[in-house]
Amino acid sequence: MPSYVDPSKCDGCKGGDKTACMYICPNDLMVLNVEEMKAYNQEPDACWECYSCVKICPQGAIAVRGYDDFVPMGGQVHPMRSSDSIMWTVKFRNGNMKRFKFPIRTTAEGAANAYVGQKGANLDDECLLLESNLPTPKK
Amino acid sequence: MALPNKPLGELPAVVNPEIVEHTCDVLIVGGGMAACGTAFEIKKWADDSLKILLVDKASMERSGAVAQGLSAINTYIGDNPIENYVKMVRNDLMGVVREDLIYDLGRHVDESVKLFEEWGLPIWKLDADGNNLDGAKPAPTLRQGGKPVRTGKWQIMINGESYKCIVAEPAKTALGEENCLERVFIVKMLLDKNKENTIAGAVGFSTRENKVHVFKCKTAMVACGGAVNIFRPRSTGEGKGRAWYPVWNAGSTYTMCAQVGATLTMMENRFTPARFKDGYGPVGAWFLLFKAKVQNGLGEFYANSDAVKGELEKFMPYGASAVTPTCLRNHLMLNELKAGRGPIYMATDVALNAFVDAKKAGGMAEADVKKFWKHLESEAWEDFLDMSVGQAGLWAGMNIEPEKIGSEIMPTEPYMLGSHSGCCGIWVSGPQEDWVPTVDGPRSHQYKWGYNRMTTVNGLFTAGDGVGASGHKFSSGSHAEGRICAKMMVKYCRDNAGFTPELAQTAQELADEIYAPVKLYQQHVGASTAANVNPNYCKPAGIMMRLMKATDEYGGGVATYYMTSGKLLNICLDLLKMLREDAAKMAAGDLHELMRAWENYHRIWCVEAHIRHIEFRQESRYPGFYYRSDFPTVDDANWKCFVNSTFDPKSKEWKCEKVKCINIVETEPWI
Repeated sequence: MPSYVDPSKCDGCKGGDKTACMYICPNDLMVLNVEEMKAYNQEPDACWECYSCVKICPQGAIAVRGYDDFVPMGGQVHPMRSSDSIMWTVKFRNGNMKRFKFPIRTTAEGAANAYVGQKGANLDDECLLLESNLPTPKK
Repeated sequence: MALPNKPLGELPAVVNPEIVEHTCDVLIVGGGMAACGTAFEIKKWADDSLKILLVDKASMERSGAVAQGLSAINTYIGDNPIENYVKMVRNDLMGVVREDLIYDLGRHVDESVKLFEEWGLPIWKLDADGNNLDGAKPAPTLRQGGKPVRTGKWQIMINGESYKCIVAEPAKTALGEENCLERVFIVKMLLDKNKENTIAGAVGFSTRENKVHVFKCKTAMVACGGAVNIFRPRSTGEGKGRAWYPVWNAGSTYTMCAQVGATLTMMENRFTPARFKDGYGPVGAWFLLFKAKVQNGLGEFYANSDAVKGELEKFMPYGASAVTPTCLRNHLMLNELKAGRGPIYMATDVALNAFVDAKKAGGMAEADVKKFWKHLESEAWEDFLDMSVGQAGLWAGMNIEPEKIGSEIMPTEPYMLGSHSGCCGIWVSGPQEDWVPTVDGPRSHQYKWGYNRMTTVNGLFTAGDGVGASGHKFSSGSHAEGRICAKMMVKYCRDNAGFTPELAQTAQELADEIYAPVKLYQQHVGASTAANVNPNYCKPAGIMMRLMKATDEYGGGVATYYMTSGKLLNICLDLLKMLREDAAKMAAGDLHELMRAWENYHRIWCVEAHIRHIEFRQESRYPGFYYRSDFPTVDDANWKCFVNSTFDPKSKEWKCEKVKCINIVETEPWI
């Protein structure tokens, strides 16, 4: 299901220092054409349909169309992701619709405790941070 | 219209890139679960004088195998004895595993899972009545004794769409954003000029600007995942992107470590998961959470037949387990398909309706049954939407509602990996503790040499898919293994404080090598009116298809139902030799294509090791993953041992050898 960009919605992230889809694509597929100030997927047959670009696009300009070698046309799966949940709309080829909402995170963005400044005890044993008394196997 | 003899893409490559040199103590190569574990843990052991850099081909927030999310954490030990975890992994991987590494992982993995929950990952819980609560509902945490929702013995369910984002955040915070270089693709590890068999650095390039990055370091970890698009996939058009494992994993981990002389182990192992056909959606929850069964084309639930029991008895003790090893489950499925009793269906309809019928039979009011069904349906779809959206898209396109009709499942093309239900990878030291066996001989035969998870090359570590002979780590175990490496790399730096790395090649020589495909492109592009067809060079896309055709036809891909032989394997090796020679003629017009060129170098090398190992091991250790027609059975008497291989960077020769496999956990009973 390669991603594609709606040119009427894409603003190229206004030429800022970060084009969101280009920043996030794990496979380096999304690129910005600077002359048109629009992004596109430069290698659709290498798209994992991970939806990272769809989820991050601030304009909602990116969607996915099923792989043309096995997905019949007409269906669509589209997310709306907020800071704590994601809402999926599944549209079937026959027009049926389903909606699902799932939690994605229980803490505020940026609030994960990195334990900065905390130190482990003994560099010469096998215990990691917060661990002690590691077991060994019973014969 | 201009002629199509210009670079594609938006970031054309130039012949003379800028060179940026870095010096650090610790270099972390990769940005997935393992590397995030390392980034989180390392400063807990390092003092501020240690310079630590992380270099990721992508962006940490969505890089690695967990980029899309996951619907479960597949390894959480909880109340189980760790010994039982070792037994499960050992049996699933047909007996030849490093029990020290598996046990060690089992004693660290839960701490990673508890951290994930603390960082904000929603983990499903059981309420007092035994009902499933999604991970955002108020419930005691795992640390507080909360009960996770188990699917099978080892897996717990999560709401995992943002799993990777949540894990990457504290990793970046802990290491410092300024120490994380994203969109830099490391393509070669570098040995020290003076000290034998010792890592001294790495080289890579930016996929955003024309810059080659050269690193000098005292120690490095390579954790760049497994290998995908190495065998011809079942979908060869647009759908070839819908690989089961992340399509950006190019075997870089194995190749970069092998090239500097790190011993590899069990590279004959591969994984050909049986998944929902085409969309490659996960089946674990369907089997374990929804208790679905597979039917053959005749509608028979063949898995419990007498014929199947008889077949499994050929593979003892492995076939006797209540949970049949993954490869043997494939083997049984292939037998059905080869006998013409396909297709194989996951009976999703039977499974879901059984839950609803049970509620009705138990006297549940109709309105409540409706509510129950809504929740069940949502759980079923979430399994795909969290980690394999494309499968949901295929269902939408095909008008499939899982309660009304089953869906076809099919074994995929082969993948190479060390963290899932596979165990190819790099031979590493186990913990320096008394219970880990002491073995005489070179490191390629030993189980420990001072630094846990260090490869046979001094200062070079690996984790996750990189560590061989120790599968079933999955996301949580890979994170834990990255944390193990973190501590060990700090220890290595302390013990080798006097070491000053020095590279054998100049930065300019390295840059010339990295950018060779760009030079070739610029030199010859004018020889044709179309850039992709040129007598002087080949393009990465074509080389990848050539590789996948050779492996598929001769190396036991889907074309032959995974069957190969000594004769076919040697033809494959001949084809790969020429392919490797021609790979030096890959041309790249833009930075994206330069990345593809280097990924293909990595693919070719790691596949060559794979084929070499299968050729060396004269038996069929993993029926269902691959078969040798000339040695069609599992031969424990001769081959219940590791196959390790080492490439000598000086002589450029490979050496394959048998290495003793030692049990640590009791073997009676086996399971």
